[in-house]
Amino acid sequence: MIPNTFEYTAPLTLKVALALIGEGGKPLAGGMSLIPMMKLRMAAPEHLVDIGRIAELNYIREAGGELHIGANATHYDVESSPLIVGKCPLLAETAGHIGDIQVRNRGTLGGSVAHADPSADYPAALQALEAKIVLTSATSQRTVAVGDFFIDTFTTSLEPGELVTEVIVPVEAGLTGTSYQKFLQPASGFAIVGVAARIRREAGKITVARIGVTGVSGNSYRALKAEAALVGKAGSDAEIDAAAALVGEGVEAGADLHASAEYRLHLAANYAERAIRVALSRTA
Amino acid sequence: MLTGTATYVDDIKMPNMLYAAMVRSPHAAANIRSVDISKAAAHPGVMAVYTGVDIKDVGAIVCGVELPGMRKPHHTVIATDRVYLVGHIVAVVVAKDRYVAADAADLVEVDYDVLDAVGGPEQALAEGAPAVHPQWADNIAFKFEQKGGDTDAAFASADVICKQRMISQRMVANPMETRGCVASWHAADRALTIYTSTQIPHLARTILAGMLGLDENRLRLIAPEVGGGFGCKLNVYPEEAIVSFAAMKLGVPVKWIETRRENFLSTIQGRGHVDYWEIAAKRDGTIVGVKVKIIQDLGAYFQLLTPAIPTLSVLMMPGLYNARNIHAEIVGVFTNCVPTDAVRGAGRPEATYGIERMVDVLAAELKMDPAEIRFKNFVAADQFPFATATGLNYDSGDYANTFTKALDTIGYKKLREEQATARKQGRLVGIGISTYGEICAMGPSPAVAAGGWESATVKVEPSGKVTILTGISPHGQGEETTFAQIAGDELGVPIDDVLVLHGDTSIVQYGIGTFGSRGTAVGGTAVYLALQDIKEKVIRWGSMLLDSNDVRFEGGMCIDNASGKSVSIQTIAAAAYRAMKIPTHSEPGLVATRFWEPGNFTYPFGAHIIHSEIDPKTGQVEIKRYVMVDDIGNILNPMIVDGQLHGGASWGLGQALWEHAIYDDAGQLVTGEFMDYAMARARMMPWIESSHTCTPSPVNPLGVKGVGEAGTIGSTPAMVNSVVDALAPLGVTHVDMPLTPEKLWRIISASQPEAN
Ligand SMILES: Cc1cc2nc3c(=O)[nH]c(=O)nc-3n(C[C@H](O)[C@H](O)[C@H](O)COP(=O)(O)OP(=O)(O)OC[C@H]3O[C@@H](n4cnc5c(N)ncnc54)[C@H](O)[C@@H]3O)c2cc1C
Repeated sequence: MIPNTFEYTAPLTLKVALALIGEGGKPLAGGMSLIPMMKLRMAAPEHLVDIGRIAELNYIREAGGELHIGANATHYDVESSPLIVGKCPLLAETAGHIGDIQVRNRGTLGGSVAHADPSADYPAALQALEAKIVLTSATSQRTVAVGDFFIDTFTTSLEPGELVTEVIVPVEAGLTGTSYQKFLQPASGFAIVGVAARIRREAGKITVARIGVTGVSGNSYRALKAEAALVGKAGSDAEIDAAAALVGEGVEAGADLHASAEYRLHLAANYAERAIRVALSRTA
Repeated sequence: MLTGTATYVDDIKMPNMLYAAMVRSPHAAANIRSVDISKAAAHPGVMAVYTGVDIKDVGAIVCGVELPGMRKPHHTVIATDRVYLVGHIVAVVVAKDRYVAADAADLVEVDYDVLDAVGGPEQALAEGAPAVHPQWADNIAFKFEQKGGDTDAAFASADVICKQRMISQRMVANPMETRGCVASWHAADRALTIYTSTQIPHLARTILAGMLGLDENRLRLIAPEVGGGFGCKLNVYPEEAIVSFAAMKLGVPVKWIETRRENFLSTIQGRGHVDYWEIAAKRDGTIVGVKVKIIQDLGAYFQLLTPAIPTLSVLMMPGLYNARNIHAEIVGVFTNCVPTDAVRGAGRPEATYGIERMVDVLAAELKMDPAEIRFKNFVAADQFPFATATGLNYDSGDYANTFTKALDTIGYKKLREEQATARKQGRLVGIGISTYGEICAMGPSPAVAAGGWESATVKVEPSGKVTILTGISPHGQGEETTFAQIAGDELGVPIDDVLVLHGDTSIVQYGIGTFGSRGTAVGGTAVYLALQDIKEKVIRWGSMLLDSNDVRFEGGMCIDNASGKSVSIQTIAAAAYRAMKIPTHSEPGLVATRFWEPGNFTYPFGAHIIHSEIDPKTGQVEIKRYVMVDDIGNILNPMIVDGQLHGGASWGLGQALWEHAIYDDAGQLVTGEFMDYAMARARMMPWIESSHTCTPSPVNPLGVKGVGEAGTIGSTPAMVNSVVDALAPLGVTHVDMPLTPEKLWRIISASQPEAN
């Protein structure tokens, strides 16, 4: 519970931060994941670069049919921003499920995404939203599709020296309904299973279905088979159940103290069913 | 606390103060080949590193309990040749700050020869189990037996006998403030001052003085604000002696604050029972006998009360029922885990859980309503005082009345009808009852390890302000308020004029401390009696000042009954200290001290009823209604009482539904931090409908019984009974705690695969 010795810098500009990170500095955002790991001495960074005071990373704006969210947006910002609540409600709803109010006040979207905890909530929504992640280093900038960004447990396509600077999500068109349903681990509050559903129904038929899943395995994923099973359907109870049952298919589920693999897969189907049902009810 | 201005141990800072960090074993069982401190000692900022050899003159950990034939491990404060549990201290580093100390602790190199460990009580008893203590191959610390009546005859005469194995899993006490202490040595006076987060300042002083070889009166022990204890701070731990030793060696103050991780590993835990219950009854539901065999996980060594806790379970085993024939056996076993000891409820929750579950098991067997079977077996209101088969003497009660109130509040009959309808629809709806009893106000001195009396001094200062010194040590229970209320009522002074001091052995006369729901019932009574002495003195001084021998004391005034002339307690106090004239047979000042020895325990009781529903798809339990009616005797402060009951219920629900200190076979605590140990959170708590009945206790003049543990004891069986009742249509008669969703989902899906 006492971290190792470390240096600490809190630059005010992105330029300086990127230079320091390029030299091996470790980004510190809300500290809600990093600090506990340091206190348990499971992480021992030598130089912390606190990006929390960089105003350039703190914005939420709409442009070109998309929402651009700076990495420093806290979970509370995401949950409460009228722009996000109005135009990408799935992301706001998901943010509201994270931890407790203290965690939401400090933890950031960029930090959560970069950390890639297999039980984190955002990844489910970001998968369903087909979000894009903007990665910036001192010398380059690239935009990566969420499916390519999350690689495995605590592993992303971030290269050394790169920061997550922005997350891009679509502005939701009409006739689309979304929902995030979470079964939480009672001790940590993280997701044992979290399912985000994003469904468009036109003239009584489902035309677009996106289902993002977190918690079940070592990495978040899109349940493509379940999505395909929904497209073209009206969305009857039987159709929902049949699609939901496919959510864990082919997935190697994780097991821990709090849930066996079998139970996780069972919950994934059950929570997919809930998410799809609620999303459909919101398509009107 | 809310404004951050209270002083806890970690707020104490002294000039030149150093910080200690403990080096702890990562293994549950290992021989120590060597401890190399050279790198740590050479680390910049480190002042000293001590091992078990350096500290060998400090006495071993004290256990205050003796049971016949008991084997008592000699637990030195730092291990020398063998470690017995994860977290066992092998060295201490003292450095200029906490961070350096922690870094240097990592540099101490210990060469361990790792041994097989025992991670649980039944594993300890298994054939071929490794020996926790090599000298005791069977891992049995003691066997204890208690009988009342004639159980053999009762069981032979019974129409039905029900048996059930039940586990009361280990729980972590988890006070908000972890342990911690600061010791400072005053060489010139050969005096040591220790600030420590404890529930028992005076007992801790006596014990530590003995361990350190100091004169008791030269050791000043101060419990500043203490952020909760729940029994875990009813102990003297190795760290308090180690930090004192270091301060005495180095001649400067030394501080140690326990980290949360250390708290999980090395602060005592509660429960840890595997129990085999049997209940025998007549066909009409009359209970004729109860048997229990308790296998108690004691852990690796004994803290202050470790072996005594399961004996409290035995005392409580008949519950509220007229069970005349009882037979209990305890097997106390060593494991390579942290010791168990008193944690909120301490032995009574395990017993209450057992008997309340067994009554439900019996009701199910006899196809009787669980409410009806309870009414049938309650000790009746006219049977008090009631001598139990376990040797207790229940002071007062009217169990049927309290239970009836709870049933009426929840609308029991209608709820059962609704349940029948819901069951027809395949829903899993449960109604769980617990009618619990409690042993409080610990207690008569012969029955309590260190004495069970309590002390109080009341000083009316010259200005008329009132200072109370109490021997108990409140740490969040609110007796500072309750005692001020008592003084305000008795002396007719505003509550704000009363100051309650406690927890400093140099200020307060010897006392026992706060545990066993004794604060107000025992400590408050001592205050009350001292106040009566003060009132007598006030009347003597008032008579003199009013020049009358017919005065009464009322509303803070001495009033001459003849003339109606009066004089206030403030004026009297001033006169008593100025002492221009002194009443005959009197002396200056207005101070009284009383030590009070209770003649009996007190026995609160109550009825908790929980209406729940299980989601068959996930196994998740939803509490629909929670009704509790508690009878704790007279209530002095309703808000404090309800706070205690609600907090207690959160514990009991935590045990029933979420919490579990899980040790693996290697003796590693798997749920060793809050990310895995599911302590009850505010968001998990149901709305509690709380009310009371009142049968005052005849044991003390306040008529109070005690409330600190009642909610914990009453809630767990109500919750489990509710869930088992919900699952009854599936043929389920028992489920072990905690009732996690996956566990319930497996039971449900095994019995009705189509639900999934
Ligand atoms: C009690 C508690 C409960 C929680 N419950 C939940 C929950 O229910 N659901 C959930 O999803 N999460 C939960 N969390 C985690 C929380 O959401 C964290 O906020 C989040 O995982 C990390 O965000 P942060 O800003 O705090 O990042 P930090 O902890 O500061 O950093 C996390 C990691 O990301 C790196 N990093 C940070 N920012 C960037 C960046 N912009 N670019 C590149 N790398 C970066 C850091 O170097 C570090 O490795 C919980 C945390 C706590 C303490």
